[in-house]
Amino acid sequence: MRSGEPTDPVTATPNAAAIPAGLRREQLHELYYWMRLTRSLEEKLVNLYRQTKVIGGLFRSLGQEADAVGSAFALDRSKGDILSPLIRNLGSMLVQGATPIEVLRQYMAKAQSPTRGRELNIHFNDLERGFLGQISHLGDMVPVMAGVCLSFRMRKQDRVGMVYIGDGAMSTGAFHEGINFAAVQKLPLVIICENNGYAYSTPMSRQTAVQFLVEKAAGYGVAGEQADGNDVLAVYETTKRAVDRARAGGGVTLVELITYRRKGHAEHDNQSYVPKEEIEAWEARDPIDRYTRRLLESGWATAADVDALDARVTDEIDRAVAICEHEPLPEPLTALDGVLADPPTAELEWYRRLP
Amino acid sequence: MSEVTYLEAIRDGLREELERDERVFMLGEDIGGYGGAFKVTDGFQARFGAERIIETPIAETAIIGAAAGAAHMGFRPVCEMQFIDFLSCGYSILTNYVATARYRADLKTPIVIRGPSGGYVRGGPFHSQNPEASYVHTPGLKVVAPATARDAKGLIKAAIRDDDPVLYFEHKYLYRRIKEHLPAGEEILTPIGKARTAREGKHLTIITYSATVWKSLEAADILDREGVSVEVIDLRTLLPLDADAIVASVRKTSRALVVHEDTRTGGLAGEIAALINERCFEWLDAPVRRVCAHDVPLPYAPTLEDFVLPQTDDIVKAARWMAAY
Ligand SMILES: Cc1ncc(C[n+]2csc(CCOP(=O)(O)OP(=O)(O)O)c2C)c(N)n1
Ligand SMILES: [Mg+2]
Repeated sequence: MRSGEPTDPVTATPNAAAIPAGLRREQLHELYYWMRLTRSLEEKLVNLYRQTKVIGGLFRSLGQEADAVGSAFALDRSKGDILSPLIRNLGSMLVQGATPIEVLRQYMAKAQSPTRGRELNIHFNDLERGFLGQISHLGDMVPVMAGVCLSFRMRKQDRVGMVYIGDGAMSTGAFHEGINFAAVQKLPLVIICENNGYAYSTPMSRQTAVQFLVEKAAGYGVAGEQADGNDVLAVYETTKRAVDRARAGGGVTLVELITYRRKGHAEHDNQSYVPKEEIEAWEARDPIDRYTRRLLESGWATAADVDALDARVTDEIDRAVAICEHEPLPEPLTALDGVLADPPTAELEWYRRLP
Repeated sequence: MSEVTYLEAIRDGLREELERDERVFMLGEDIGGYGGAFKVTDGFQARFGAERIIETPIAETAIIGAAAGAAHMGFRPVCEMQFIDFLSCGYSILTNYVATARYRADLKTPIVIRGPSGGYVRGGPFHSQNPEASYVHTPGLKVVAPATARDAKGLIKAAIRDDDPVLYFEHKYLYRRIKEHLPAGEEILTPIGKARTAREGKHLTIITYSATVWKSLEAADILDREGVSVEVIDLRTLLPLDADAIVASVRKTSRALVVHEDTRTGGLAGEIAALINERCFEWLDAPVRRVCAHDVPLPYAPTLEDFVLPQTDDIVKAARWMAAY
């Protein structure tokens, strides 16, 4: 998958345009698959939310699928790269191997969810597969991922870490401390800044006085890159450069992806503060529509290929829902275990033993 | 007769103070046009302007620090934490800088920090917290936690007028669930440092605050039918504690049960139990007991959250045990 490698002769179409970024045809299809899976899974979650089966809030990444998927795709799973996503990076978790059923179980707080009903939505992790779940407190994952990268360096491993940060979350002290530490230590960390225009209701102009988030790279003495976040190939290429730089010992890169949050902060938010035309303008730049057109027009996929990928996504989600929809919630007593290694169980309060 | 919800009472209290005193202004995330995550400041920016209703970046340390600076200069800032769980992001500046300002440097820092706290809402570990214990353990702060719409209004107004930093913990479970008639035109000021007797009784005192006041009142109704007469003390202010109100009630009933939603170990109930031990020992007919949350982070699943948090039934059983002691 290095650039310059020839495309796979078996799968290449005779009149197809040259494939960019050193990708192969199957990988182009994979990118489509992950974006479609992200969107359809979220749409399924909206259904479940309306049926009150989702216990807490529901957060969408509609229109941002390319930035999560394209960036995560630039990591090397065979090397053990690790990323830490934010709430709108479901796509990046899926690329790293999180499964729809895990996500469904999390949202529905099922006993068999990865956190056994303790945590919400995509707040879960598997360091083996390469994702470390966030907590709600914005910014905290930047210093944590700096530490993950520190461990790579101390063990002389050529692994790379990636952490996502929103235009809003970049205002936190934790972000500043984390990136500065990583910069000084020249750690192999890629920081993906998602400029989606808003932090809840707050437009970026009230969040920061710079015009583009990438300008902040200079202040920390790290490399800066910017890409169209709704163009999955541009996202991939740009992030790949940053990942390669990190792996080669070049330190931190701040990658700004320009995108747009087409839904409210969460499902409850009706976006009253956003001009309708703005949303419509970004609808026209939908990353999946754009990419589908490009696949077809460049001869990288046929309509039948796309249909097959869509069918695969629908089938996988339907099967996952069927398996977990009626699963039980966790047994109450399980709430007490695992606060500490020793003692392994918290004390049952005295009043619960009363008749 | 218009009924006012707990949330509207906070809003009304804030609005009245913004109108009364031009030194009052607000800082917080999304509090402008959007009116805040829970719409507490709905309409404020249109009414008072963006100079007084200041929408901030996501930066709790900056919010609290800037409020402190402006307060030194004679203003009376009110900070909103989008969820009180994020107050911990400003912990250092609040406990080190703000709380010590008067004592170490004779600096006036009349700020209010308010925001939604509490569980029973399936918010998971980071949108359900009850962080009062950390701050009650910090000399130099005042901490209030209203349980009723009347006190929600009366305490926010009193907090703004107070000359010291006040943490005002709202309970999001109560926001739209309780309402009360509050006559327009009545100036409601709830004194800081004074508890309220939410229900009079003879056999047992329940000392509590915030959402568990309502659970305790429900329990008291059930116990009443069994012939156990329960007095419920709603603390309203957690720092400074109204020790005299606690002591007077416990000396009257001779039994004390302390109830709170926060976890038990290191929680406020231990402090209150010690106080009762020190000042009511000879009056007691039963050991002081606590009904608090289990000592775990608050989990998300309804089955787990309901298990971890104290419920009405727990209070009933604990009170029965004490009454029979
Ligand atoms: C420290 C902290 N303060 C406040 C919040 C509440 N909050 C949750 S998401 C959010 C907006 C985040 O905006 P951004 O970083 O741009 O991410 P986006 O939602 O656009 O993906 C806020 C204010 C929080 N989670 N953490
Ligand atoms: Mg944003």
